[in-house]
Amino acid sequence: MAVFVNGVIFEGVDTATPDCWRLEAYMARGGYQALKKILDNKIPQEDVIAEVKNSGLRGRGGAGFPTGLKWSFMPRSFPGDKYVVCNTDEGEPGTFKDRDIIIYNPHALIEGMIIAGYAMGCKAGYNYIHGEIFEAYELFEEALDEARKAGLLGQNILGTDFSFDLFAHHGYGAYICGEETALLESLEGKKGQPRFKPPFPASFGLYGKPTTINNTESFASVPFIIRDGGQKFLEAGKPNNGGTKLFSISGHVNRPGNYEIPLGTPFATLLEMAGGMKDGKKLKAVIPGGSSAPVLPGDVMMELTMDYDSISKAGSMLGSGAVIVMNEDVCMVKALERLAYFYHEESCGQCTPCREGTGWLYKVIHRIANGEGRDGDLELLESVGNNMAGRTICALADAAVFPVRSFTKHFRNEFEHLIKHKKALVDHKWC
Amino acid sequence: MLSAQSLAKIDYELAKYPADQFRSAIMGALRIALVERRETGNTPEERCLNADVIEFVANYVGIPPVAAYEVATFYNMYDMKPVGKYKLTVCTNLPCALQGGVNAAHYIGEKLGIGIGETTADGKFTLLEGECMGACGDAPVLLVNNHKMCSFMTREAIDKKLAELE
Repeated sequence: MAVFVNGVIFEGVDTATPDCWRLEAYMARGGYQALKKILDNKIPQEDVIAEVKNSGLRGRGGAGFPTGLKWSFMPRSFPGDKYVVCNTDEGEPGTFKDRDIIIYNPHALIEGMIIAGYAMGCKAGYNYIHGEIFEAYELFEEALDEARKAGLLGQNILGTDFSFDLFAHHGYGAYICGEETALLESLEGKKGQPRFKPPFPASFGLYGKPTTINNTESFASVPFIIRDGGQKFLEAGKPNNGGTKLFSISGHVNRPGNYEIPLGTPFATLLEMAGGMKDGKKLKAVIPGGSSAPVLPGDVMMELTMDYDSISKAGSMLGSGAVIVMNEDVCMVKALERLAYFYHEESCGQCTPCREGTGWLYKVIHRIANGEGRDGDLELLESVGNNMAGRTICALADAAVFPVRSFTKHFRNEFEHLIKHKKALVDHKWC
Repeated sequence: MLSAQSLAKIDYELAKYPADQFRSAIMGALRIALVERRETGNTPEERCLNADVIEFVANYVGIPPVAAYEVATFYNMYDMKPVGKYKLTVCTNLPCALQGGVNAAHYIGEKLGIGIGETTADGKFTLLEGECMGACGDAPVLLVNNHKMCSFMTREAIDKKLAELE
């Protein structure tokens, strides 16, 4: 997959070189200097956390929660083990950035996790990797071996009294494990069903110990922040939206792939970088932050910049930075049917509103899409959605409802037409 | 029931976790067992997990068989049903569908003469639809036997891949 570089994680990474992921190549790019800087100068833990706070780094997994603040929630004086966990369970339709970080620059993630372990006083960490990218899991294990052999992991790192070890754990086909407490359950060798919160992981996490979970891209941004300073990272983006961000573009563009660009870049620029619309077709709609983010009409998107605040103001979410582009030939009912099926398939079954509701949503959308819709179906979808969102342990129910609400709001005429005339407004074919 | 090599791999998984948290290794252990079954099995029935294998793995890891069974049935990549020598999973979720994923699945089905969810009569191929594999930029994407990802699977690429797997 092509990666187009213009940011902090892929700076200097020549993805065309097969060995670009190796320790030697990472060192040549200035890798592990941030860790050395901390250990050589015995920088206090709170100073490391303060630097991450200054950077304005917000969680890259979807929620956008400030990373430095999250780190500061970890109890300082807890007597037992504490853990740092990375969420590489990337299964949100449209998202494929973390896989590229692991394949092309795994040591940035490893270094970021070691620094996190140092800052929060953790002895061990785990990286939970999506089972479907098993080759990336195997490569990450190799990168861990390299780091261990070089004295960067394990007992007395680089001859200091700081010890930290890191291990890889794989999922095996369950979207829900991207939810952080489901991920912890899975890491403990159980069904990945989310935990009721509170308590939050910072007080009761992995094996009941204080735990911080961050996304792959968040951790991989940390070495830059420590080496070059939080201020420089902040300036790479815009206020309250620090840094550069990886955007995964898929759908009807000429060059789908990952683009690492400053937060605040206009969507129009990003679309142009991705080669513009495929076959010169007209832009119809964009899901700007992964399948769970509300869809926005193309003309609205063309006026927005790609950052948390701008997308949120327009009524959607930047989420994981997964941008799904749809052209004028897409039947929005068919598109929604596909997403509704996904949430139905992936509901873990723990909470009744989600287990039953995702099935109902799919059934109703499926019958509308197949010309069997009934009067009142749109109201029924709304009613089912209202009885799901906010009424379950985790946000999967909400994630299933957001697309339904936004598709039926912005493209209501297509749904109404199909219900009334039993025929789609757009002659849709999956290409 | 499992080879010494597979047991050594499970030991490696066990060593990743604190000594009293051996249960964590069950995900890796079941995967290792499944890979051995797939590589050594001669029929679709011999290539998937079953209650005996799960019980053996659970005992080896040191957890109740039902706890391992729960895991094997919750995560959809653990094959619990008979499966062909080559399990082909095509992602047909929205981003992939926009880039040819649905057509790729149908094309494979036509070539093999099977529908989605079916296995060829000779037990060689099973075709499945998958959910997001986290590789939407490479669509159409195809997973062979859970672990080998094939990207940009146009009709020509599918023809070539199927010929390789003969």
